[in-house]
Amino acid sequence: MASIEVNGKQFEVDEEGYLANLNEWEPAVGEAMAAAEDQVLTDEHWDIINFLREYYEEYQIAPAVRVLTKAVGKRLGKEKGNSKYLYELFPYGPGKQACKYAGLPKPTGCV
Amino acid sequence: MAVKKFMYVNRKAPYGSIYALESLEVVLIGAAFDQDVSLAFIGDGVYELTKGQNTEAIGQKNFSPTYSALGDYDVNKIYVEKESLEERGLTLDDLQHLVWEDEDDDWAEKDSIRLVSRAELADVMAEQDICLSF
Repeated sequence: MASIEVNGKQFEVDEEGYLANLNEWEPAVGEAMAAAEDQVLTDEHWDIINFLREYYEEYQIAPAVRVLTKAVGKRLGKEKGNSKYLYELFPYGPGKQACKYAGLPKPTGCV
Repeated sequence: MAVKKFMYVNRKAPYGSIYALESLEVVLIGAAFDQDVSLAFIGDGVYELTKGQNTEAIGQKNFSPTYSALGDYDVNKIYVEKESLEERGLTLDDLQHLVWEDEDDDWAEKDSIRLVSRAELADVMAEQDICLSF
């Protein structure tokens, strides 16, 4: 299995770069994964990443983009609950990319 | 695409086979297609919805919290067969309280579970375009 190094620590990842063990996650891992994709994480990114982690904690799944969009709109305000806003933050797809930085598995049904 | 009525029929205990988890995953994936989806829990399938599941000893993931996410996926017709519960000494209180939020009613929380008799469930099944059995 592949691994990435963050602050001198090794983290196992799968063939698509998703963290193998979600309990190992720390914010620095998200930062490092983002940096590798030339992304700088702002507070707005972290709002979504933290939301995904909370959602996973509660329901044991990463939400589908449609579900994420609706929930973000409800929690963070209507102006953020649309796919344009989320795709601007995460151009490779909010489900795929934000889940990766959050240390979660790829969303169910995401190919 | 015409909307069809899909019913996923869950008949097996949650662990010991892959049916329960597979059904749940298919439901979550299928929810993206805007069809008319309902779930039925009959026989040992009613155990899938029980509260307080603990899978530590069998080393498997406890996926029961995921049923609470169904409402987010607009899956809010969950039929539980009364006779199946009774035959196993269970009542609705032994099951998770599953709800969905009605966007058109100021996000009011509404119950997703509908307790139905065997005969009533047979009628609901007869109305479906597609029944998938797990």
